[in-house]
Amino acid sequence: MIAALGLLVGVALGLFFRPDVPLGVEPYLPIAVVAALDAVFGGLRAYLDGIFDDKVFVVSFVSNVVIAAGIVYLGDRLGVGGQLSTGVIVVLGIRIFSNVAAIRRHLFHA
Amino acid sequence: MSESESGRSRLARALRRPSRSQAVVGVLLALVGFAGVTQIRTNEEDSTYSGLREQDLIDVLNGLAGTTQRTQAEIDRLSQERQDLLSETTQREAALERTRREVDSLNVLAGLVAVTGPGVRVTIAETTGVVKVSSFLDVIQELRSVGAEAIQVNGQVRLVAQTSFEQGTGGIVVDGTLVEPPYVVDAIGDANVLAGAMVFSLGPARTIREEGGELTVEELASIDISTTREREGSEFAEPDP
Repeated sequence: MIAALGLLVGVALGLFFRPDVPLGVEPYLPIAVVAALDAVFGGLRAYLDGIFDDKVFVVSFVSNVVIAAGIVYLGDRLGVGGQLSTGVIVVLGIRIFSNVAAIRRHLFHA
Repeated sequence: MSESESGRSRLARALRRPSRSQAVVGVLLALVGFAGVTQIRTNEEDSTYSGLREQDLIDVLNGLAGTTQRTQAEIDRLSQERQDLLSETTQREAALERTRREVDSLNVLAGLVAVTGPGVRVTIAETTGVVKVSSFLDVIQELRSVGAEAIQVNGQVRLVAQTSFEQGTGGIVVDGTLVEPPYVVDAIGDANVLAGAMVFSLGPARTIREEGGELTVEELASIDISTTREREGSEFAEPDP
């Protein structure tokens, strides 16, 4: 309940404050959001499996975001930022798909 | 089956009963929502290239250069086409103009249109005798041979190539129309030349005078010849291709 409320509050705050993204962070924000989404779906799946632990969730959330942004940052330093961010998005996308498939099996038996 | 049921019931219980771990998850989800919305909004608003990497900028630039080149080629092709079409139009207009001028002069010759221009008015009055057709015809031929472009008699009959003359009672029958003296012949052409053709020695003026008539020539800066003829298609002759 609180989790769903938290999501709504975040969306509302984003719409309300309309913050400007700093220039240096701009390439990494989309990657970070996708990584966070992956962590969220992973957490939901774990919860439905009955093995959810909030400490694990927080750690996986933070590490997902940091590693995703870090990989892209490293790619930018190496001159392959575009390709690496594509690669990270693909991997995270696959994970999100498999997590959502597990959640679907839990909720709809299908 | 039982595990999926328990998954559902766990979700339902979580929705009903908040706990400490849910608060942590809520904070993180708020972060995700905030960042997601911010990113979406930035993405929609961002029309500048400030957030792009160097490689992306180079790609954009290359794409633009390619597009420019293609567009330039397209422009060249289209303007070439336009040039062609324009010159074609000009040629057509010139041909049309030529044909129109030809039609105009043919219409004048055929007597199909009313015409206006400088010329002479020849008045042949009968004083003591009767003017013969041959003398009258002489006047007409003389006018024609010095380049009269349009001729009418008494404002009644337009003279063309097929015009016929015969002697009638009390006048001359021109193309079936009786024309009575005094005959007024309007001719459009070079007024000086036309007038000269009437009055030279041994010319038509003298012949008319010998027959008891009186020929006077008036040079006019502008004569209106308003009589016209019906267009007659040729019945037997056909133009060779």
